[in-house]
Amino acid sequence: MSIEVRGIWKHFGDFTALRDVSLHVEPGELLALLGPSGSGKTTLLRLIAGLERPDAGAISFDGEDATERSVRDRRVGFVFQHYALFRHMTVFENVAFGLRVQPRAQRPAEERIRARVHELLDLVQLEGLARRMPTQLSGGQRQRVALARALAVQPRVLLLDEPFGALDARVRRELRRWLRKLHDELGITSLFVTHDQEEALELADRVVVVNEGRIEQVGAPDEVYRRPATPFVFGFLGEANWLATTVDGRKARVGFRPDDLEISLGPLDGHAFAARVRRVQSLGARAKLELVSAVGALVQADVPAERVRMLALSPGAEVFAAPREMRVFFDDASA
Amino acid sequence: MASNRNSVLPGFGLTLGFSILYLSLLVLIPLSVLFFRSASLPLEDFAAAVLSPRALAAYELSFGASLAAAALNAVFGLLLAWVLTRYRFPGRDVVDAFVDLPFALPTAVAGITLTTLLAKNGWLGQILEPLGIQAAYTPLGVTLALTFIGLPFVVRTVQPVLEDLESEAEEAAASLGAGRLQTFLRVLFPALWPALVTGSALAFARALGEYGSVVFISGNMPLRTEIVPLLIVTKLEQYDYAGATAIATVMLVASFALLLAINALQAVGRKRLAGAGAAP
Amino acid sequence: MTTAALNEIQSHPSGSVRAGLQDPPLVRAALVALALGFAALFLLLPLAAVFAEAFSGGLSVYWNAIRDPIAAKAIELTLIVAAVSVPANAIFGVAAAWAIARFEFRGKSLLVTLIDLPFAVSPVISGLIFVLLFGAQGVFGLWLVAHGVKIIFAVPGIVLATTFITFPFMARELIPLMQEQGSEEEEAAISLGASGWQMFRRVTLPNIRLGLLYGVVLLNARAMGEFGAVSVVSGHIRGLTNTVPLHVEILYNEYQSAAAFAVASLLALLALVTLVAKRALEWRIRQETRA
Repeated sequence: MSIEVRGIWKHFGDFTALRDVSLHVEPGELLALLGPSGSGKTTLLRLIAGLERPDAGAISFDGEDATERSVRDRRVGFVFQHYALFRHMTVFENVAFGLRVQPRAQRPAEERIRARVHELLDLVQLEGLARRMPTQLSGGQRQRVALARALAVQPRVLLLDEPFGALDARVRRELRRWLRKLHDELGITSLFVTHDQEEALELADRVVVVNEGRIEQVGAPDEVYRRPATPFVFGFLGEANWLATTVDGRKARVGFRPDDLEISLGPLDGHAFAARVRRVQSLGARAKLELVSAVGALVQADVPAERVRMLALSPGAEVFAAPREMRVFFDDASA
Repeated sequence: MASNRNSVLPGFGLTLGFSILYLSLLVLIPLSVLFFRSASLPLEDFAAAVLSPRALAAYELSFGASLAAAALNAVFGLLLAWVLTRYRFPGRDVVDAFVDLPFALPTAVAGITLTTLLAKNGWLGQILEPLGIQAAYTPLGVTLALTFIGLPFVVRTVQPVLEDLESEAEEAAASLGAGRLQTFLRVLFPALWPALVTGSALAFARALGEYGSVVFISGNMPLRTEIVPLLIVTKLEQYDYAGATAIATVMLVASFALLLAINALQAVGRKRLAGAGAAP
Repeated sequence: MTTAALNEIQSHPSGSVRAGLQDPPLVRAALVALALGFAALFLLLPLAAVFAEAFSGGLSVYWNAIRDPIAAKAIELTLIVAAVSVPANAIFGVAAAWAIARFEFRGKSLLVTLIDLPFAVSPVISGLIFVLLFGAQGVFGLWLVAHGVKIIFAVPGIVLATTFITFPFMARELIPLMQEQGSEEEEAAISLGASGWQMFRRVTLPNIRLGLLYGVVLLNARAMGEFGAVSVVSGHIRGLTNTVPLHVEILYNEYQSAAAFAVASLLALLALVTLVAKRALEWRIRQETRA
């Protein structure tokens, strides 16, 4: 199912959460809403779900206007950040809930419900935990129950609000891969909110970068990482070094990543600049260098430890640094 | 934690409408009738009822005894809360449960029991009489009954604050050389006194309006041991509706003022706790 | 959290007990003795006295007092009053808590303060206002007499006064509980297609059931034990408009001390049951919020 968001505005009292936001979601794609806290990404997700109403703008599903439709009628599967499992029901009853509250005419028979619940529990690899209460589950298990519950009613779109935010790093990485596999199997249009750029880049078909209520860029992970449209996107998606410069008489900022820096003792081709090493930090296979440029700008470099050894780099050493890739952002171009 | 949104959850209109309707019918309209009746009284009648010697004596007794009871409860309530929170002793849980007895026991039962205990031949009266202390049918008896009634208020208000106090602050004081009494006065008491004052104010407010537990032990002699609630009842029985309404209005205004003061106190207490909790 | 983990937490002394251990043992013993003495004097003694006096005339006097038909009528009336006022205030409490805990609106804090009003009103005044409304000289007095409807000095008046007195209990219990639980589960239920009533029945009610039970216990204890307000509106008509507390008063004033205390002992037993139920529910609620 495709989703069309057009010209959405949302205010909470004096605070504007979303400004004139428009977005098109392709059927079956896994889309990440990426941005810092307070950027409006969760608000956008909840608006699509119908858990909030926009102050202006329209939302349509498969071309049909859904702006006025209640969340019940939108057939979206929403997975809350803290899972919102029904604490007084077993895992089984949680997953069966959406099926059991359907109006009598549509409600499947109890055996069919039972079969479907077990099918879903198998899908999320929680078979055997059907009788447990939510308080007896780990965070990762609760997450999967929340997912199974949302999938039970065969939603047209799956919306996940910071699905892995409350979990520890190892569980997070495992579940990330698992979610991608699940999405590929089921093919449901899915949107998830995250503030973790690594997660967005690893998981999504396309990434929507949100900042201060506006969409800064929409594109495939590679595109937003390598060809960021704005300085914000560049800085948010990875570590960034900035140098101020003038290009053709126009003031500009040049951004390049620490791991894109070539370091050498002798002059280099390309846009090389001279710098002095201020600090060397070895971190196993890689090393972090703090460089100070001729104009006094601090530059971070991330190089293989091998390189540091080869050049015998230490504090005080004079080097040349050249970014292999960089982005120029003109100051007057920011809109 | 909680996120409260207006748009999605159902039932707002229904529940708010019903609540306001029920509130108005049961509480607001009956209370306002009192004020309207009072307002319709000629000023001299109002003043005569409210300022009569009998009324003044009643105010003095009610106010004085409630204040004394609240003070007693402040001291012993703090003591009880302290002992229950900080020390372990056999029967602690039972005593803790019993603190709520004055809440749970009907006031009439409390009234006749305290009277029987403090009467000349009662268990306590027998001890007090040879000492020349008469408790039944005197202001002292009234004060003791009001102390019983107010006991849970101080204890239950101070207990949570005591429980939440970080022991590290005291340990730090001890490591800096402070004695236990100094630590109590300089570290603990400043954190406790808002809750103590709030609890005492609650006990005071409750005692002011108390009827059932006091009406038996006071003896109800006009100008001497008549509390304000009883004065109102007496006037009603004499069909002096005007007098009863007037005095009731005075009492109600005082109670509302007290309620506002207590709310303000509780807000202050909450702010202090929040500030203390925010410290690293 | 597993019960095993809970037990582990409970066996380690809490911060306040650790702090208490800093006090010298002699001070501790003295304070405990003083506190227990106060508690014994003001709490235990009265309770013991009720039962001592109740049986002071022997078992037969006790038995007769309790089985007296007038006493039975009083018990019946008390039960009726509770049966009406408890559900009424419980329903109100749930409705008000839903509106207040789940929505933002102007005047919310005013509403909360207004709900607390009956707490600030003396029981006698709580009865007086209904006399002023429905008594013979009251606002509706003439209308009621003309239609032969008796509210004051009859059962409806007692019910009204009692309901007024116990008005805030359930709301005050449920509002903080529902605020703490948050609205996410209910939002989830709606997003899964539940109707309003389905959400309420399947998600909200189970989550608040302990708070509801606790509120009912408090409501019931207060409704059955109310004296001052009922005294004003009842008219003290023996066998008709006397609740159990009023019946106790009558017996006492007639110097039937043992009988009075015998009936009072029933109320004392109710108080003890209330204390136990209150304790048990508090413990369960604490357990649930910890998990």
